[in-house]
Amino acid sequence: MTASEATVGRRAEREAAKRRRARRGQAIAAVSSVVVIGGLVALALTSPGWPNVRDTFFSWSAFKDSFPDVAKAFWLDIKMFCVIEVAVLIVGMVIALIRTSRAAALFPLRLLSAVFVDVFRGVPVIILVYLVGFGIPALELSGLPSDPIILGGIALTLSYSAYVAEVYRAGIGSIHRGQRDAALAIGLTEGQALRHVILPQAVRRVGPPLLNDFISLQKDVALVSILGVIEAFREAQIISSSTFNYTALVGAALLYLCVTIPLSRLVDRWGFGGVAR
Amino acid sequence: MSEPVLEIKGVTKAFGSNEVLHGVDLTVAEHEAVALIGASGSGKSTLLRCIDLLVEIDDGDVFLDGEVITDPSVDPVPVRRRLGLVFQAYNLFPHLTALENIVLGDRYAHGASKEEARERGRKLLDRFGLAGREDERPDDLSGGQQQRVALARAFAGRPRALLLDEVTSALDPELVGEVLEAVRDLKQEGVTMLIATHEMSFAREVADHVAFLEEGRILEFGSPDKVLVDPERPETKRFLRRLLEAGRI
Repeated sequence: MTASEATVGRRAEREAAKRRRARRGQAIAAVSSVVVIGGLVALALTSPGWPNVRDTFFSWSAFKDSFPDVAKAFWLDIKMFCVIEVAVLIVGMVIALIRTSRAAALFPLRLLSAVFVDVFRGVPVIILVYLVGFGIPALELSGLPSDPIILGGIALTLSYSAYVAEVYRAGIGSIHRGQRDAALAIGLTEGQALRHVILPQAVRRVGPPLLNDFISLQKDVALVSILGVIEAFREAQIISSSTFNYTALVGAALLYLCVTIPLSRLVDRWGFGGVAR
Repeated sequence: MSEPVLEIKGVTKAFGSNEVLHGVDLTVAEHEAVALIGASGSGKSTLLRCIDLLVEIDDGDVFLDGEVITDPSVDPVPVRRRLGLVFQAYNLFPHLTALENIVLGDRYAHGASKEEARERGRKLLDRFGLAGREDERPDDLSGGQQQRVALARAFAGRPRALLLDEVTSALDPELVGEVLEAVRDLKQEGVTMLIATHEMSFAREVADHVAFLEEGRILEFGSPDKVLVDPERPETKRFLRRLLEAGRI
C-alpha cells in the first residue's frame, strides 16, 4: 500500500482486528486459569493426607450439624462490630482533631493523644484484650464494667481508634493549605474552616483506608473470645474440640468472608471511582 | 482624592532570612483601583496576604478605614470579613457547588439566613455571568468560570476593598478576557480594589494608580500613563522592557 491509498474506509477492518486480539486474550486467560487452579486443586486432592483432611475440615454432615450454632454466635460478632465501629469513628476523630489543633491551651491534651496513639497502636491487639479484659475487673472498683463483651469492646476500640485517628490526621494534612486560606479569607473562624471546609474534604479522601480498617476490625472481634465470650470463633472451637472435627471452624471462616468480601468490593469501588474529585 | 480605605505604612515581612517586604508604603482611596505590578517573587502576593492577615507582618502597619488592623491585639476574623481576597489558583471549595461556595461565607461569617444567602448568591452568580451553573462543582467548570465564582465568593461579603492576586495568571489565554471583563465591571461600580497583575494593558485601562514593586519596595507610584509609559526609575523601565520582549504587552 502506498501513502496515497492510505487509511480511510478501513474502520471495519480495524474493528475486526481489535476483536480478534480481545478474543485471543480471553482464551489465554481461561487456559492459564484452568492450568494453574486445576494444578493446585489436583495437588491437594492427590496428597497422601487428603482423605483425612476432607473428613476433618470439609465434612458435610459436621457442617450441617455445627453451622446453625456458629451462625447464631456470629450474630454477636456483627453486633459488637457495629457498636465498636461507631465508637472508633468518634474516638478516632476526637484524637485526630486534638492532634491537629494548634491552640496553646490544648498542649496537655495533644501530648496525651500522642501517647494514646503510640501506646495503643504499638501493643498487639491480643495483649490489649487480655490487659483490659482481666486488668479492669481486677481493680475491683465499683461502676467499672465487668462484662467481658464490654471489656473486649473497649480494648478493640482503644486499639482501632489509634489507627483511625492517624488515618483521619493524614486526611486532614492532605488538604491543600489554600483551602484553609480561602476559608479564612471569606471570614470564617479557624473552627468553621475546619468544620465546613477541611473536614468534609478530608473524610471523603480517607474513605477507602477507613473501610480497610473496618475489615480488619471485623476479623479481630474474634479476639474477645479469649475473655470467654462465646462468639462465632469460640463456638466453632468448642464444637470442634468435642467432635474432633474442624469443619465448624471452616464454617466460621465462611461467615467472616460473607462480611469482609462485600466490604472489600466496596473499598475497590470507592477507592477507584467515588473519590476521584 | 477621597478618604483612604487602605493605608499601608512601612510594612516589612521576612520568611526566615528571606526578606520579602522592606517597608512598603501604599494608599488605596475609596472607589479607586490600584494596580500592583512587579516581577514574580517581588512580594505582590505576600503583600496582599499580609493585608488580609493570612500572614503576620514583622513591622509597619496597615489601616482599614483609618483603623489599624495589623496590631497583634486585633482579632483577624472580623477584619477579614471586611476584605475580599481572590487567589491566583481560585482556591474554590471542591466539595461544594458554585452556589454553596458563595453562600458559605455569607451564612457563617456574616450570619445571613440560608434563604437570604442563597437568594443573594444566585444574584451574584447571575451578575458574574454564571446563571444556571449554581449546582455545578468547581471541577466541572472552566478556569474562567471558576475564577468568576471566586470573584463572586469574595464579593459576597460586601467587602470594603477587594484584593486580587494575579487572578488571570493560572488561566488559559482564551479565558483571560472573561475574568478581566468581570473585574472591569466591578471597577465601574466603584468597588475599591488592589490588583496584583501581569496584565499591563488591563492595568493601564482600569487602574487609577499603578505601583511598581521590586525587591520588597514600591519603587514607583503614579498614574498608569506615567508609570507604564514613561517611567522614571531604571528598574521600572527594565521590567517593562522585559515584558515587551516576552510579548506580554
